[in-house]
Amino acid sequence: MKVRVYVSLKPGVLDPQGRAVHHALEGLGFAGVDDVRVGRFIEMDVADDTTDEALDDMCRKLLANMVIENYRIEKLETA
Amino acid sequence: MAFRGAVITFPGSNCDRDMAVALEKVSGEPAIRVWHGDADLPEGVDFIAIPGGFSYGDYLRCGAIASRSPIMRAVIAAAGRGVPVLGVCNGFQVLTESELLPGALMRNAQLTFTCRTVPLTVENSQSLFTAGYEAGQTINIPVAHHDGNYFADTQTLDRLEGEGRVAFRYADEVNGSQRSIAGILNQAGNVLGMMPHPERAIEPELGGSDGRALFESAIKGLVDS
Repeated sequence: MKVRVYVSLKPGVLDPQGRAVHHALEGLGFAGVDDVRVGRFIEMDVADDTTDEALDDMCRKLLANMVIENYRIEKLETA
Repeated sequence: MAFRGAVITFPGSNCDRDMAVALEKVSGEPAIRVWHGDADLPEGVDFIAIPGGFSYGDYLRCGAIASRSPIMRAVIAAAGRGVPVLGVCNGFQVLTESELLPGALMRNAQLTFTCRTVPLTVENSQSLFTAGYEAGQTINIPVAHHDGNYFADTQTLDRLEGEGRVAFRYADEVNGSQRSIAGILNQAGNVLGMMPHPERAIEPELGGSDGRALFESAIKGLVDS
């Protein structure tokens, strides 16, 4: 089973990286971009019987820093 | 009592030798070098230093992978028994990732790697690490980091301030840290994490000696106890 984990900064946490990217987009002439947040995308191949609980555990214990980040898990069932 | 200080080395640590030299120069005792893959600390260690650098290449997040390495389980257990632990720069990041200290260190607000000597205000002069300073004193210590922007929620920041756990504050804006925090203590006072490098300021030949009192305080506190 393929699992995609999206890690993003919590709302309200300043994202200097996102701000720099935002600034660069403006510099390129793209108008109407209100805000940019930069996150992290992690793709894993895991055993099909991996539980949701185990995936949450992986995120909380290592993949995301719960002080500043949120995570979202997307499972791609392989038929 | 002879001082037994240990310095942990992770793959990518690059200030471990400086830290070991600082401990040896100040204590007169050789520092014990410990590898990240070891499961146990040497017998009788009474001071642990986690040095600066780029542990595990800063992959995932600064300090994240190091904080889950075998030796850190032993360091966390030792910190729980009251053994003093000093984390500098990447070491501070490892300590927050280990949850021995609250908060997180984010990318510098100005996005640049900052490498210069900065003035710090000593906020707490009552701890094991800071007893050699006076509260309110300004000291000059080098910083060299890309991710030193201290972040914690308001409640945590208020608690740190209320409990006197802010050890050092930047006297000038350096990296965007919340409330200009440069170094914090744990609740028991035996764990100190700081972004500036006191081990790079232990004698005039290095450009300054304001960091020496930190090591002197900690070592004296231990040998006297």
